[in-house]
Amino acid sequence: MNNRNLLMFAGVALLFVATGVFQSWNLSLQILIIGVLSSIMALGVNMQWGYAGLFSTGIMGSVALGGLAVVLVSGNPVPEGWAAGGPRLLVSLGFGVLLIAAAVYLYNRMAVGTARRTAMILLLGAGFFAYRAILDPAVTAIEAFNPATAGNIGGLGLPSLLSWPVGALFAGLAAWVIGKVALGLRSDYLAIATLGIAEIILAVMKNEDWLARGVKNIIDLPRPWPVPYEVDLQADPTFVAQAANWGFTSIEASTILVKLLYLVVFSAVLLVLIYFSERALNSPWGRMMRAIRDNEVSSAAMGKNIKSRHLQVFIIGSAVVGLAGAMLTSMEGQLTPSNYTPLRFTFLIWVMVIVGGSGNNWGAVLGGLLLGWLWLIVENAGPVAMGYLTMPLPDGVLKAHLIEAAPHLRLITLGAVLLLVLRFSPKGLLPEK
Amino acid sequence: MDILNALVAFLNFVFIPGLAYGSQLALGALALTLVYAVLRFSNFAHGDTMAFGTMWVILITWLLQSVGITGGVLPTGLIALPFGIAITAAFVLATDRVVYRFYRTQKAAPIILVIVSTGIMFVMNGLTRVIIGPAEQNFADGARMILAPNDFKEWSGLAEGLALKQTTLITVIVAAICVAALFWFLQRTRTGKSMRAYSDNEDLALLSGINPERMVAITWIIATALAVIAGTLYGLDKSYRPFIYFQLLLPMAAAAVVGGLGSPLGAIAGGFIIAFSEVFVTYAWKKVVTYLVSADMAPEGLLQLLSTDYKFAVSFTILILVLLVMPTGIFKGK
Repeated sequence: MNNRNLLMFAGVALLFVATGVFQSWNLSLQILIIGVLSSIMALGVNMQWGYAGLFSTGIMGSVALGGLAVVLVSGNPVPEGWAAGGPRLLVSLGFGVLLIAAAVYLYNRMAVGTARRTAMILLLGAGFFAYRAILDPAVTAIEAFNPATAGNIGGLGLPSLLSWPVGALFAGLAAWVIGKVALGLRSDYLAIATLGIAEIILAVMKNEDWLARGVKNIIDLPRPWPVPYEVDLQADPTFVAQAANWGFTSIEASTILVKLLYLVVFSAVLLVLIYFSERALNSPWGRMMRAIRDNEVSSAAMGKNIKSRHLQVFIIGSAVVGLAGAMLTSMEGQLTPSNYTPLRFTFLIWVMVIVGGSGNNWGAVLGGLLLGWLWLIVENAGPVAMGYLTMPLPDGVLKAHLIEAAPHLRLITLGAVLLLVLRFSPKGLLPEK
Repeated sequence: MDILNALVAFLNFVFIPGLAYGSQLALGALALTLVYAVLRFSNFAHGDTMAFGTMWVILITWLLQSVGITGGVLPTGLIALPFGIAITAAFVLATDRVVYRFYRTQKAAPIILVIVSTGIMFVMNGLTRVIIGPAEQNFADGARMILAPNDFKEWSGLAEGLALKQTTLITVIVAAICVAALFWFLQRTRTGKSMRAYSDNEDLALLSGINPERMVAITWIIATALAVIAGTLYGLDKSYRPFIYFQLLLPMAAAAVVGGLGSPLGAIAGGFIIAFSEVFVTYAWKKVVTYLVSADMAPEGLLQLLSTDYKFAVSFTILILVLLVMPTGIFKGK
């Protein structure tokens, strides 16, 4: 951290202070929390792109898997649903895994040729129908139980904090599978392939109602320790007295306190991650990763295993993103699969990393905070600005349409920011050392 | 056994939709593959170029309709199409001048160009949403059906109806014309030959006096025209939603890669392979099979391999299989 870096962070801090003074502290805190979460995601992406030069557009998939972990770990249990088809479901999933393992084993053991191709097609074809035959009755049974409020296997009902590492685990496991398949591909093929995988993960979450109720959404996920509920605080006489003592209404004080607690918890996670990322980046491992990124051939000649290093960093990066995804869902208290869009959860995070400075952990954090602010403030301030811009226009359809469309200006703004940074400062605001 | 009814059901629910969707994908994949062949990067802004261009077609259609010009039995969108292409091509050429050219002269890595194209994607997506909004638009007018299911039932006396939407027929005809014109251009004209030469070997083409900036500009214009045509046909045949167009990037990219990235013929084959696979895997075959087998053997389930929401998984699986088994695609691309 030198003076320039500190100045940049001070500048971003000023943006949040200004938002607090001119709009509201609630909004400023809200944006800051999202900014911290985005920074964690950006840290994960920075590991993949900044350390190792892997362009993956499947970030959204990792975020969504993190969210799924919250539902499965800390969601309300649905014992009836589980009893109806849970064991059979596990058997079918186990069968699916065994099937794929058998296919991979055969693929590696048999000689290249028609025999292998036929064997693969027969095994996977027959296996698919067998899998559906085991799975489908279980799914029907689970979804039949009380579909209006449940119809899923339910969660374990464990504390929300536990789901965060599980979210990282889910995303990491998925990254292992994806990496095994796709990491050998050329850079732009990898981008297309990961974009597709993220869409498939989301399609599964939207359509497999037994898993997390699909688009019917899961609500009422518990909050992570130590964050209390606003209603409990407002019902607590000592809290109300304390708030009045400081000159706040109890509603105002409780919402601010809850946000502050989230901020403290999330920032603590962020700081721990930065500590380890910085240690890793400045260790022999980090130097090796950068050497691989800058010249794969010469690193391979030095005896580095490019493929397994890429896989390793791909898994770690995705796990960090999955952790942030789990934190996001447990804060929102509900899982809404249709909220996951590639623009918001893949490409926006990318812009954060590139604008902040690829390869620099602090850069990713700065990018996350700055663009998180920009993304949400344009949404809020866009219509106001458009109101001023369209002042000379007569009231009518056009003016109403322009003001209504103003939140979408943030997409144009972000695109322009990305293009400007790439052109005039390709290393980002905080360049890699 | 009722082979005729089974055949009609197959044509109606599998073949005709697959043909229309395949034509739309093939045109989109052609545009993607042309940009890849000449500019050497995968254009992530492609889906949004389609959305942006189709938006102009829709706006001009509304304008034409408001002054009383319509296409009669044909959709008015076809009259608006050239204007939409012109506006979009102008915009894309401007982005090339302002953005892409800088990286071309720098000889930047392809992945940098991919990231740059995501920047363009953001801008175009934003413009589309600001101008027309993210909601669904329906702009098909003119005659709806060439062959209505009930007319067909009366004419043939079969239990199954066969529907042929006008937009489906237009899609296939327009796609065929575009493909023929493109191949004539690439094979027969001087400019087309220069373009192929430039794509094969940039340095050699430069030595032969081919102007690279002109090649790039022509490529952008052709690719934009194809993208806007594909987008308009898709919008006429189904409906227009900017987000769906963004998602179409995946099957189109899969089509281009399956055929061999950089190979126009491959893009067309890939488009149909992807489209028919999607329809085959996500269609519930119960109806067709019920006609084919005896009454007591009629299937209980839907006989649907995957629910329609997983059609992305189909194009993706094909993409991955092709990349792993034959990375250069069917027609040996780059």
